[in-house]
Formats: sequence, structure tokens, C-alpha cells
Amino acid sequence: MTAYLADVGALARKDLLLELRSRDTLPAMLLFVVSTLVVFSFALPAGTGETAAYGLLWVAIVFTAILGLTRAFAAEREQRVLDGLVLAPCDRSAIWAGKGIAVVVFLALAELVALPAFALFFEPVTWELVAAVALADLGLASVGTLLAAMAAASRARELLLPLLFLPLVIPVVVGGVGASIADDPGRYLGFLALYDLIFAILSWASFEYVVTE
Amino acid sequence: MLLLAGVALAFYWVPDAPLEGFRQRIFYIHVPVALTAYACFGWAAWKALRLLSTRDQRYDLESYTAVHMGVIFGILTLVTGSIWARTSWGVWWSWGERQLVLFLVLFLFYSAYFMLRYSVEAGPRRASMSAVYALFGVVLIPVSFLAIRLAEGLIHPVVFDRNVGDNLAGSQLLTFAVCLAGTLALAATLYVNELTGKRVDERLRELREALE
Repeated sequence: MTAYLADVGALARKDLLLELRSRDTLPAMLLFVVSTLVVFSFALPAGTGETAAYGLLWVAIVFTAILGLTRAFAAEREQRVLDGLVLAPCDRSAIWAGKGIAVVVFLALAELVALPAFALFFEPVTWELVAAVALADLGLASVGTLLAAMAAASRARELLLPLLFLPLVIPVVVGGVGASIADDPGRYLGFLALYDLIFAILSWASFEYVVTE
Repeated sequence: MLLLAGVALAFYWVPDAPLEGFRQRIFYIHVPVALTAYACFGWAAWKALRLLSTRDQRYDLESYTAVHMGVIFGILTLVTGSIWARTSWGVWWSWGERQLVLFLVLFLFYSAYFMLRYSVEAGPRRASMSAVYALFGVVLIPVSFLAIRLAEGLIHPVVFDRNVGDNLAGSQLLTFAVCLAGTLALAATLYVNELTGKRVDERLRELREALE
């Protein structure tokens, strides 16, 4: 168990270090999420109401996640690192966990910018919203990492990921929007937690089959 | 055999006139078709699970064919549901209709399945990737259903009241059962047919490669 956690930690650290040195993905995500919010402020006609703004925030979050995920396996693919990782004497699901942690960190950093920007441009950010975003990050990262590994193996790559990803994360959007605007956010937060649990277990268990022959 | 199932379906469907009026009749097509689509997706997931546990490549084609059938019946569900919505409520599409929204999500999801298959080179890796995706699909069904129920109260406070499940009289139940059996038989026949076709296709390709 400790060996497994050490593997996961090492893999996550590798991704974070790589990002720290190259700065490929994170600046793009930050810029993207802020510019999306600016576009939304023009897309929303005056007087549309606060609920619409919360809805658009969730669209921005999901699209930012897609942007980050398309790059998630870029290094692995270009340098053929994945073959090496699969051959390494560690459990394959550790690759998923390590990558997932890195994706969560990227997403959280992007939202650290996005949520204050949202509060500045649109509506105040509540604690329920922060909790929903945190829970949604876990779900988006766990499903997204698996699908990104699938997409990386295909010819269509960047084109394929949103197609695979969007139908699968509709429940996350429902839960997130619900937690932001409903009177009883607890139900929606619970639903997000359930989604995280189900799909994290499923992705963790099935990742091995995606990366191996 | 295929024709027989279809004829039996039409034959049993027509004479039993339901009480609620003509438009209600589509219920006997719409609901069995929807249930058949679920059955196909479930069957695909079962074959996918078998593939992952046994690594036997023949399950790949079976799972793929089942998804194929499921998508066809899913489209039929969307079309018949849309017609029903038009006759009952005067609109072609209603976001308040849970089953239809669920099928739209599933349709998008399984369309991406085909995209995935077509853009990955054939081989054991594609087989296990498709299998994992098919498994995700069958988990997505209840999760999406829950999500749509949650979203309903949120976005559409007015829900159309439609009690299809209860109050089925004896003759209606019989018709429903016959229709369900009919669509299931139709799906099974199509499935076997398609599977045979795909197997022949694959054999042919192998032989052609062997010749070259």
C-alpha cells in the first residue's frame, strides 16, 4: 500500500515538475477560463439574471477541463513515455492516479483565478459553489484522465476527447449548477460526491485495460 | 425470421385498441423500443465485461454489434417519443420528458463510441478500450437518470404528469408484453444477423490479407 502511494506520488510529482519547467498547459488554461468568462459577459444580454451566469461558469469550467485534458497525455505521446510507464514495475492504475492528481491541481489553480474573476464580473461566490467546484474537479479529473488516455491512443486525439467527455460529464454540470443556485444545495453536493465515487472507482479499475495491449 | 417478428408485432399491435384514444397507441411501440435499447446496452456491457475478464477477442465484435443495435433502437425511441410528444402536448421536444432527455444523452454518448472505434487501429487495445467505454455507458444510464431527475426540479418546475407504468388493464398489459417480446425478438434477430455479417466481413478481410 505504501509502495503504491509512493508510486502515485512520484508520478504526480513528475507531471507537476514537468509543468513547472515547461509551462505548457497551465497558463493556457488560466487565460482560457478568463477569456471565456469575458466572452460570456457579452453573450449574456443585460437583465438575464444571476442564474444564467452560474450556468455559464460551469460551462467555462468544463471547457477548461477539456483544454487541460487534451494536453494531459501530450508529453507521454510525443516522447513515448507511456510505453515506459506501462513497463515500469508499478500498478498501472497508479499512472491514472498520478495523472489525475496533476489534473486536479491544474484545475484547482485555474479555478483559483476563475472564481475571483467570476465574483468580480458576475455574482458573489458562495461556499456551496466552492464545495461544488472542488467535488466536480475530482469527478472531471477521474473521468477525464481515463478518456484522455483513450483519446491519446486514437488518430483523432484532440478532436475525440470532447466527444467522449461531454456526454459523460452532463451529470457533473447538473450537480454543479444545482448546488450553485438551488435552495437546498446539499442534495446536489451529495449527488456530485456519489458521481465522484462511482466513476473514480470505475476509472481506477479499468485504466489498466486502456493502456495495455 | 426477422420479417416474422415484425409482422407479429404489427399484427398484435393493431387489433387491440387502447381506451385512451388513438394517440396513446404509440405507447406500445415507444416503451418496448426504449426497453429494448436498454437491453442492448446492457448486453453490450455484459459482453464487454466478459472481454475484459477472459481476453477473448470474439466478445469485442459481439459487444460492438450490441451497441450498434442499441443506438438504432435509441434513435427509434427518440423518434417515436418525439411523435408522442407532438400528439400529446403539441411540441416536438420537451425537456420535461425524462426518458427522452436520457436517450438524447445516451445517443450522444454511444455515437462517440463509434467515433472512438473508427479512430483507433483495430487490435486488442481497441477491443479493451471499447469495452471499457461500453461499461461506462451502462453505469452512466442510472447516474444520468438521477441527474435528469435532479435537473428537472431545477430548470423545469412544471413536470408533465404521465403515469405509464400503472393502471394497465389486462388487455393492455397483454399487448404491451407482446410488443415487448416482439421488439426484443426483432433486436435479437438483427443482432444475430449483423453479427454474422460482421464475422463474415472479418473472415473475408483475413483471407484477403492471407492471399496478398
